[in-house]
Formats: sequence, structure tokens, C-alpha cells
Amino acid sequence: MSRMQLAFANGKAFIAFLTCGDPDLETTAAAVRAAVENGADLIELGIPFSDPTAEGPVIQGANLRALSGGMTTDRVFAMVRELRRDVSIPLVFMTYANVVFSYGAARFMAACQEIGIDGLILPDLPFEEKDEFLPLCRQHGVDLISLVAPTSENRIAMIAEEAEGSLYIVSSLGVTGTRSEIRTDLASIVAVARQHTNIPCAIGFGISTPEQAVRMAALADGVIVGSAIVKLLERYGKDAPAYIGAYVREMKDALR
Amino acid sequence: MTNANGRFGVHGGQYIPETLMNAVIELEQAYAHYKNDPAFQRELTTLLNEYAGRPSRLYEAQKMTRELGGAKVYLKREDLNHTGAHKVNNVLGQALLAKRMGKTRLIAETGAGQHGVATATAAALLGMECVVFMGEEDTRRQALNVYRMRLLGAEVVPVTTGTATLKDAVSEAMREWTSRITDTHYCLGSVMGPHPFPTIVRDFQAVISKEIKAQLLEKEGRLPDAVIACVGGGSNAIGSFYHFIEDKAVRLIGCEAAGRGIDSFETAATINTGRLGIFHGMKSYFCQDEYGQIAPVYSISAGLDYPGIGPEHAHLHDIGRAEYVPVRDDEAVCAFEYLAKTEGIIAAIESAHAVAHAIKLAPEMDREQLLVVTISGRGDKDCAAIARYRGEDIHE
Repeated sequence: MSRMQLAFANGKAFIAFLTCGDPDLETTAAAVRAAVENGADLIELGIPFSDPTAEGPVIQGANLRALSGGMTTDRVFAMVRELRRDVSIPLVFMTYANVVFSYGAARFMAACQEIGIDGLILPDLPFEEKDEFLPLCRQHGVDLISLVAPTSENRIAMIAEEAEGSLYIVSSLGVTGTRSEIRTDLASIVAVARQHTNIPCAIGFGISTPEQAVRMAALADGVIVGSAIVKLLERYGKDAPAYIGAYVREMKDALR
Repeated sequence: MTNANGRFGVHGGQYIPETLMNAVIELEQAYAHYKNDPAFQRELTTLLNEYAGRPSRLYEAQKMTRELGGAKVYLKREDLNHTGAHKVNNVLGQALLAKRMGKTRLIAETGAGQHGVATATAAALLGMECVVFMGEEDTRRQALNVYRMRLLGAEVVPVTTGTATLKDAVSEAMREWTSRITDTHYCLGSVMGPHPFPTIVRDFQAVISKEIKAQLLEKEGRLPDAVIACVGGGSNAIGSFYHFIEDKAVRLIGCEAAGRGIDSFETAATINTGRLGIFHGMKSYFCQDEYGQIAPVYSISAGLDYPGIGPEHAHLHDIGRAEYVPVRDDEAVCAFEYLAKTEGIIAAIESAHAVAHAIKLAPEMDREQLLVVTISGRGDKDCAAIARYRGEDIHE
């Protein structure tokens, strides 16, 4: 069993995403600790990319703020190394293929292993291209997380069959961002996935309220929240960690 | 030269969100069917000939030849196509394909506006809805083309993210496609993006080299010694090169926009300054920093102002089959003016990059040699910007 699955051993998992370096790394580290103290089961750390094509305006803005603040992959690694002195829940990176590729995939995965990163989500790396990084991920004990989308249909079985760590179910068409309503027939998607894998399924994209989280968690093993947390960082800047802590507590309590 | 996974050597592939995978697979299957469908090909050929004005002329530039004192220069006049550029070749093909696939809506990115205008035109002609994404910076540089698109019934969405230029327009069109797939076809304008786009766009643009070959054989009884075209994503260049790739004696030369020079940060010369990377659905060469952040590129030409290059070009570079040379803004502007004064042809500033290299190369070649330069588009759209470059402010 991969370490990632520990995140799902504590009831329905609450998974928090934030972009590293928005507005600065000290705030990111404080926000991660606040989320962990308030019940987050897994943290997705976004390594900023100049052109995040799967993101809506909120997370695009966070990426650009982080980069203009001088964020780099090496600085993110240093922050994680420091976080790992007291944070023991699973941590995964979410970024884009070019960030990994240009760093040198072997060097990137070795660094993940060394600093204690458990998984990697690359929204621009579909099933057909996963061999680009999969052998190196396995070699370094990093789960390469697969995504299933509302349009996956006949592809769900194939993707779930080979998925590792946990399966990321994209709730809606389009890019990341909060939504007032999620219409996709997620129950059917999860049901098909479960026929082909035993790993946990988490639903993300568009979730921001406790009500949505409860509804989504009824269908899966956990929920992923990104834009709602990034909005707090955008709004409160360095003061955001306290607000993030309170928000995570509210969401996790709703899931208990 | 594409293999099963849409690779050109190591380049190409399908690095896109899972949400889009079934859409590109559906496109691949539809294209595989229709490219061999005589009725589809007949309809496309009729549109290209009767509507777009093909075949385009291969014009012997006698004055230019005489003045340069070397190779005999021929100009492939894609600027004479309907809508004023080579872009219409690809757009008519993709729009017809989309229509056969049951799509009712076309979305597109555009830089200079030529691809946007061509897409809006095809949408008007075929009765389809059309939305064009254009960097806000470019909507200012190319205000006339924005009006043309609206006149043709398209909605133009200014893109304000990132550098607000072509790469951001591509990103935004991709984002839009992930949110609305069932009725929408992404009419990509260059030989880039995920497989099968680089192959589909190349096939539709290959009509350029097919015609050059036939026209030159008729006029001269032989193949050219060199073919020159400008390269941004690279669609007019691959179209100009394609049917000569197997004719190893024909030099194939792509002209990249060097902006203020390849030793400056203000450049868009991907092969000359970029590194291998993964972006916009493909593995290819990209202008980027040491951490893989895509560089904010610059060229006077909005159409060449893109940080990547199509995967087939990247491969032709790797195997040494084609050469990619940098051409600076100042050289392109001089060539723009030169062609106007010498041959009475106002070429697009993009195409002027190819003319600039021809001006250098022709004198180094023998008088018996043949040099073909593709004039990918006409330059009306650029007049105001070039006047500004020369310190003259004209109001349209």
C-alpha cells in the first residue's frame, strides 16, 4: 500500500490544494500547517507554471503571483524539506509536465523521494503519455496520480485499471474553479472506476461549500478543494493561514 | 512521417488534460475516415478553388532576381488567397471536417488575426457559430482584423492572462474547449498542439508545396534548389516544405522571428534559442527558462510571436533535413519595404521574414539555381505598425 492511502484511513478525506509561493513560501508553509492542524488529510502543493492550461482564473492568478515573487522548483523543494520536520500526512505535487521535464525527470523524482513527496499530479499528462514519467516515479516511490474526467466514458476502465495511489475524479467539464452546481453523473463514473481498482477515489474541481463536500463525499472516498483555498490566499495574503485553518475545520467537520 | 502516436521523432504526442482525450481521438478517427473520402475531398477542392482562389500563383520575380544577381526567385503567392493568407487552406479543411463530425461551433486562437479571420469566414460560409480568442495586446496591434472578424459574425474574446499574446490565446482556446466539447471543434491554426492537429493542419497546408512542385516543373522543368518560408508555429512553412522532404537536393529553410536578436531576451526564435519541452499538447522546442517557465517572447510580427514550434519542424531540424535561421525585426521591415518597392507586393510582416533571408541567400546562389519564397499573407494589416516602427503615426 502506498503512503498516499493513509490519507483515506481517517474517514472521508479532505484534500487541500494551494499554490506554493502565493504570496510567499512562509505563508504557504504556515497555510499547510494550519490545514494539517485542522484536519486536512492530504495536501496538494502546486508548483507554479507560467501557463497553467487546466486552471481557471483563480489558480492562474496564484501561479502568476508566485512566479513574479521569484518562486522556483528548487525553492519549493526546500520548503517541503523544512515542512517534513513536523508534517507527516501525505503530500503530493501538482504541476505541469514541462516543470518536471525541464528539471530533468530523474532529478525531479529523486528530489521528491528525498524530501518526502508521495505523489504527483500532472493535468497535462493523460494515460497515453504517462510512460514519459511513470518508470521514474515508480523507481522513486512517487505515485503518479491518474485523472478521470466527465468525458472519459469508455476510458475509465483502462485508466482505473492502471491507476496508482488514488484516483482523481474531475467533477465537471472545463477548468478549475468554484461552481454553484455540479451536474456530472459522478456516481456512475465512480461505480465504473471501482469495478477496476481498489485504490481510493477523490473528487475535485468546483467544490467549495460544506454541503457540496458532503454530497461529493457520499459518492467517493474524499474531496479535493483548491480554488476556494487559493481565494483566501488572494484575499488575505500573509494573514490567510488562520482563515484557511478555520475553513478546513469547517469542511472536515462536515465530512465526519 | 507521423508514427502511430503522433510522434515526429521524439516530438509531438498528446500532452493534454484527460477531459480532451476523447475529443482528439474522435477527431483523429473522423480525419482518418474523411481524408480518404472522395466526396469530402471533392467538396474541399471545390471550395479551395472556387471560393479561396486556388491554385495560388507561382510568380517569377524578375526585378528581384535581377537586382539580387543570383538565383532566379519565384514567389508563391499565398497572399492572393481569399482572406489574404495561407490560413484559409487549413480552415476550410477543418471546418468541413467539423461539420461532417456534427459540430456546430468553431473556436480558434489568433495572433495577427489572419487565422481568426479565416475561421470566422469559414464559419460564416458554412453556417457555424464562431468564437475567436485573441491576446488583448494583439487586439490593439491588429484592430482592423478584430473588426473583420466581428463583421463576419464571430465573437472575439480578448485574452488578458499572461502576456496577452498568441500563446495565451492558445491556452484560453484550450480551456474553452475543455468546457464545451460536444458541439465545438477547436480549429487550431498551426501545425502544433496535440496529435492529430500537427498532421491534419500539415496535410491541409501541403497543397502549397504540391502546387509549387507542379508549377515549377511546368515553368522550369525541374525542382527548386531552395524553398524559404517564415516559421511561427510553422504551418505555411510545413505546407511549403512537405512535398519536397523526400527530394533531398531541395534545401528547406524556415525563417524564425528573432525580434531584436537571438542574443537578446526580446526574441521568438524557438529553434535558435529554445530547449526541448512539453507545452500546449506537444513535445517540441520552446523558449523557456531553466525551470521550464515559458518565456514571454517578442517579435514585431504578431503571427510569429509564439514561444514554440510545430513538432514536425523540430524533427526536421533534429535530422538536419531543414534549416532554421533567425531574422530580426529590422531585417524583416527592410524586406517588407524592399518587396513593395521592387515587385509592387505588400507582403505580411511574417512573410517579410522569409523575403529578408531570400535577399541574403539569392546573391550567394548561381544564376541557374531556383529559389522559391512563400509569401504567406498580404501586408495591409501591418501598414500602420510598420509606419509606427518608422516613426510615422497613421490613423486608419
